[in-house]
Amino acid sequence: MRRFSLSAWIWIVLAAVYFLIPLLATLLFSIKDKQTGNCCSLSAYGFILHDPVFWSRIRLSFELALETIVITLLLLVPTIYWVHLRLPRLRAVISFLALVPFVVPPIILVGGLLNFYRGSPQWFYAKPFGFLAAAYVILAFPYVFFSLDAGFRAIDVHTLTEASLNLGASWRTTLARVILPNIKVAALSGAFLTLAIVMGEYTIAALSAFKTFPVYIENVNETQAYPAAALTLLSFGITWAAMGSILLVGRRGGATRVQLGGGGR
Amino acid sequence: MATDVAAVGELRPGTRPGRRRLPLAWLVVVPFFAYTLLFLFLPAGEVLVGAFKGAHGGATLSNLSDVIHNPNLRDDYKTSIEVSLVTAGLGALFGVLIAYAAIREGTPRWIRSALTTFSGVAANFGGIPLAFAFISTLGVLGIVTVFLQNQLHYSLYQHGFTIYGKTGVEVVYLYFQIPLMILVIAPAIDGLRREWREATSNLGASSFQYWRYVGLPVLLPSIISTLILLFGNSFAAYATAYGLTTGQSVHLVPITIGFDISGNVVSNPHEAQALAFGMFVVLAVMMLIYIPVQRRASRWAK
Repeated sequence: MRRFSLSAWIWIVLAAVYFLIPLLATLLFSIKDKQTGNCCSLSAYGFILHDPVFWSRIRLSFELALETIVITLLLLVPTIYWVHLRLPRLRAVISFLALVPFVVPPIILVGGLLNFYRGSPQWFYAKPFGFLAAAYVILAFPYVFFSLDAGFRAIDVHTLTEASLNLGASWRTTLARVILPNIKVAALSGAFLTLAIVMGEYTIAALSAFKTFPVYIENVNETQAYPAAALTLLSFGITWAAMGSILLVGRRGGATRVQLGGGGR
Repeated sequence: MATDVAAVGELRPGTRPGRRRLPLAWLVVVPFFAYTLLFLFLPAGEVLVGAFKGAHGGATLSNLSDVIHNPNLRDDYKTSIEVSLVTAGLGALFGVLIAYAAIREGTPRWIRSALTTFSGVAANFGGIPLAFAFISTLGVLGIVTVFLQNQLHYSLYQHGFTIYGKTGVEVVYLYFQIPLMILVIAPAIDGLRREWREATSNLGASSFQYWRYVGLPVLLPSIISTLILLFGNSFAAYATAYGLTTGQSVHLVPITIGFDISGNVVSNPHEAQALAFGMFVVLAVMMLIYIPVQRRASRWAK
């Protein structure tokens, strides 16, 4: 077999050009001076860092991500554990349910939720930590499900549970000290993926009129090009950090798994 | 906890009559089912039912026939499906070629790991920031546009190109479509055993024959199932196209639904629901093809 292939290298170089130039262009835009448009200045970054709105929006998105992660894990970990332990026939049903959000685009989900919950109490309908978090948990379901399901499949749930109970541990101890440590990597992968999704989600937030971080990027985008470029890079950096964390915990846990994305949103 | 005590007794299912076991065992999965019902099935179901409701109540097919007979809305579907077909097809083609180039023997290992790491990020990067990155690159004042103008005296925009149009949307969508293809197809390419290639060449087959009779048939189910995934990914996308065009220049179905929801267009309140029903039908058909093909595809994957 040939060791060197010209066509392979041509494809790799073309890919590098297509994928890196937009990032490079954004970087060049972000270091233009806010007033004069000349290179090079950090004024666009300064503008963002001194904008209190930026801090409140990114904080809101981050808190939403944490809430979504907690709710999703609380709902899915016991369910998937129990399905693997007791109700194996239900696994097909649950994985089908977890796939359904793929068939319901965010634009339809938000329309349906707005309609269905119109007239519900204000503490839910008008609050990001109510309405928006509820929708984000649905968005996170497929990703967290497949991550956790693979994690549970990789361990022997029956043997671990029975051994722990036979040795006199309570159910609570079994869950906390035997099962959870074994699926930690899977849970963390799902959590970081959820973080990336929530920090970048625009459709649902914008159409239900909540002012999250991506909505802030869009607002800045309309009026100020250079700070918008800086925010774009920051957003890419957040996605990168979340994905990097998945690789990191995966490597430490001895597992490498492909994470599927849902870019367009 | 009461449920704990009850559940301990259930460890040995055989020692108890089966009848009492079932309801308790189901109790644990109730919250998950309740949640999907409340926040997914009921709201989405209402959209689907609403597509068949008249403006003053009562069942009707007029919303759907309005959509079908409205040339603008028909065009929305045409554009959406075209963009999805083009970006799924090109995304799959380039994805396979790039993934194979990075994985094949003779390419340094680090290129492969850099590519898969980057793909994981790019497949999850989208929406407004992605649109802006391409406006910085190929917009009217984009770096590449200006570079071509100043250095090569070639004006993209005078030659009919625009990043704010349909071609632009397709160019931008490929930024997450190609990486998604790479992520999914890489394990399938790993599944192509080296012995197969050696066996075919020992038997006197050419490289073309290897691909025609061994390589492609093994990869094909994975490629088809990923094509469907890419189609759905593009078909459902809203934020990226909106960020690129502010909803003005390219009329995709999700963009029109977005306008209906945010009330920028005064129209039949059931129009959005009828449009959504159409989207749902397209995606559900895709899913019905996806599941059996996916099962076939997992046969050779490592």
